[in-house]
Amino acid sequence: MSTAPLLAVTDLRVRLNTARGPAEALRGVDITLARGATLGLIGESGCGKSMTAMALMGLLPTGAEVSGSIRLNGQELVGAGEAAMCALRGDRIGMVFQEPMTALNPLHTIGDQVAEPLRLHRGMGRTTARAEALRLLDRVRLPQAAQRMDAYPHQLSGGQRQRVTIAMALACGPDLLIADEPTTALDVTIQGEILDLIHELVADSGMALLMISHDLGVMARMVTRLLVMYGGSVIESGPTDQVFAHLAHPYTRGLFAARPRLGAPRVNGRKPRLTTIPGRVPELADMPAGCPFADRCAWVVGACRAVLPAAVEVGPAHEARCIRLDAVGASS
Amino acid sequence: MATLVAASVVIFAVLDILPGNAADVMLGESATVEARQALIARLGLDQPAPLRYFAWLKGLLTGELGESVSYSVPVAELINERLVVTAPLAVMAMGLTSVFALTLGIYAASRHNRLGDVGVMGLSQLGIAIPNFWFAILLILLFAVKLQWFSAGGFPGWSEDAGGGPWPAFKALLLPALALAVVQAAILARITRSAVLDVMREDFVRTARAKGLSQRQVLWRHVLRNAFVPVLTVMGLQFANLLTGTVVIENVFSLPGLGRLVFQAIANRDLIVVRNVVMLLAAAVIVINFVVDVLYVVIDPRLKGHAA
Amino acid sequence: MSLVHRAWRHKSFAIGGVLVLLLIATALLSFVWTPYPAAELDIPNKLQLPSAAHWLGTDSLGRDIASLLIVGARNSIAVGVIAVGIGIGFGVALGLLAAARRGWVEELVMRFSDFAFAFPALLSAIMLTALYGPGLVTSIVAIGIFNVPVFARITRAAANGVWSREFVLAARACGKGATRITLDHVLPNIVAILVVQATIQFAVAILAEAALSYLGLGTQPPQPSWGRMLNEAQTLMFKAPLLAVYPGLAIALSVLGLNLMGDGLRDLMDPRLARAR
Repeated sequence: MSTAPLLAVTDLRVRLNTARGPAEALRGVDITLARGATLGLIGESGCGKSMTAMALMGLLPTGAEVSGSIRLNGQELVGAGEAAMCALRGDRIGMVFQEPMTALNPLHTIGDQVAEPLRLHRGMGRTTARAEALRLLDRVRLPQAAQRMDAYPHQLSGGQRQRVTIAMALACGPDLLIADEPTTALDVTIQGEILDLIHELVADSGMALLMISHDLGVMARMVTRLLVMYGGSVIESGPTDQVFAHLAHPYTRGLFAARPRLGAPRVNGRKPRLTTIPGRVPELADMPAGCPFADRCAWVVGACRAVLPAAVEVGPAHEARCIRLDAVGASS
Repeated sequence: MATLVAASVVIFAVLDILPGNAADVMLGESATVEARQALIARLGLDQPAPLRYFAWLKGLLTGELGESVSYSVPVAELINERLVVTAPLAVMAMGLTSVFALTLGIYAASRHNRLGDVGVMGLSQLGIAIPNFWFAILLILLFAVKLQWFSAGGFPGWSEDAGGGPWPAFKALLLPALALAVVQAAILARITRSAVLDVMREDFVRTARAKGLSQRQVLWRHVLRNAFVPVLTVMGLQFANLLTGTVVIENVFSLPGLGRLVFQAIANRDLIVVRNVVMLLAAAVIVINFVVDVLYVVIDPRLKGHAA
Repeated sequence: MSLVHRAWRHKSFAIGGVLVLLLIATALLSFVWTPYPAAELDIPNKLQLPSAAHWLGTDSLGRDIASLLIVGARNSIAVGVIAVGIGIGFGVALGLLAAARRGWVEELVMRFSDFAFAFPALLSAIMLTALYGPGLVTSIVAIGIFNVPVFARITRAAANGVWSREFVLAARACGKGATRITLDHVLPNIVAILVVQATIQFAVAILAEAALSYLGLGTQPPQPSWGRMLNEAQTLMFKAPLLAVYPGLAIALSVLGLNLMGDGLRDLMDPRLARAR
């Protein structure tokens, strides 16, 4: 049994043409994902987490330039032809998106849409694919799956549609499941169910999971390793519980501090205000040469802006890109 | 249904009541008193308006449309004669329009922002700006006068006894159909292109690609059917334009069709013919729109729940 | 960058604008000067090919084609302006009324405009001109009548959009009456859409008038008209093919110019593009 990682991303860079000139959306992202392991990408909007997922799938917008290396099962994906990527998508890599309400084609039945990857990649006939699709829908616990096979998406609720997209993504038993904010658009009550479902399916099938979210709670629940992204770079990476415990990078620290907490102790006799990180995420075209977080960081010094900080070890398999880690650590 | 009835009322009102006594209109000012009286008696114009209206409606339903004043033949016969020319012409024109427009529109969308797209858009701008009768004349100049592949007008008839036959008749209708199709196709191509582009931006297209479908597979299996709804709407609307277009084009090519009939009848003040033909055309438009509505429900399952 | 400045940098608008200005300039020029008096017959010199004396040649009665074209531009502008004016005058009023009053008034206006759309416009224009006498005035009125439902429908849709916005709600809460709101808030916000539609309808009107004149129902002789020139050219197709080219080209260029301008205006007014610095 090979111990090579399932997914090895090295120095992944993506350059886009924006209205204001070329901009680097991803600047040197490294990811290692072992078979069956779970990994989370966390960060706020615009940090590049979805861009990373799209780069893995080869679904970047036209005009995007990709450099670096993405190896899935040893196969190089950067520069691979479209036919090769089509063969992988839906078969070796499955993806679940954020908006279940619009993710399904309104004019095709549920059964047809779930059967589609099976007919495409496994060459199944109509009846075989249909039977398998029903089995998949049962597996994702879609209520009344048999009747729903011939229903149309508009007849299902958001949570049910998300179950369907999960079934579609898992149809061919992929090695890797990428879930891009799968529960953000769902009711809070349904979110837990869907996350549990994903967790169970991942554990049962032994496939790897790449979970993308901006929610710390989701990460705590779903992934054992966490990558924190900001401004197109991974600024901290490590085991989830370690990252939570140390809060090494200033941005990670800010993320945690920004969570609203029930029952927080009063400060000076008044309820505490919600902590926010001052400033805004810079636009892609305006990204500074050095640390992308420099303008919003409380511990910034001149050297921070000069060059992107190298990864510094904080603990076993735990790194952060910051030259001021000691100062940050001392102030906790 | 209600629209049909309302349409008939308006047609009747405009043609029969408004211009004063229809007999005067039909005969002109220099008619003798006797001739006028005779016509009034023959057409029953001395009866009150509502009675005349209902008599007409009854005639419409039974197929008895009265007699044309200028041709002295039953109107129904006239219409049948002319329909043989106009109906195939309309079908050919609609067919040509669809073929050109749909292919060009889809092609432009798949080459979005590249040369192919810009080319098609430019071409369609020209197509919209050209008056269809001018295009017809240019076609005649090129193909009939210069190259002499086609005749410059006239219709030989579908039957071979009268010197016609299916192929000569078809040839005679080809240039007119082309002239009618050009402007329509230009408009429809743009609509098709923008409908396809809109659908390509939808989330479910991204899902389809994530499943491993190639661009081409996504286009055929997911995009086209969804894009068809707005396209169908416009095609339905264009049918009305098509019918109107035949009035002008049949004149250009001297085709003995319904359009030319209406025009000549108007020129001759033959109100009975005008009334009935216009009613027929309006009915055709309404029926087509109804068919389009039905097709919507067939294509888009989301509409099944709503009352038609 | 001001709107005018941005407008001229937009390719569609620029090309279209130039063509339209050319049209207007030609029409204005016709009042001051033409190479020859348009109505002047010169039968010995009929059907001449283009030459130094007659830039575009002469027609079957020896009239100078260039002059006829220039004077014909007047018609096109007149038709466009008046027909669209009628459409806007009545159509916009109806649309605003429908949006302001809602309820049965709106229903009525919508039914009326749906109904009007069921009638092929050109055919009805043909009927009207034939019945009430052919001529420029009748054709303008006929074309104008069919512009009314177009503007009514667009105005109503756009006005409804404005009525549902928050600042209108605020105005109503302050006690502002419907008329005031319509004039102060709704109208200024829909002007952009109306302007775009007006340029399109202008083009449609020119085409319609040309068709009517071709059929003999529009402008009557001796007034020159591009459409009628095409009719005359057709009868002489075998003898003087070139005659058919110029009037048609004039029509096509005018319509093209207006369409391009309209497209350009629509792009410019699109808020997404306006936000780009």
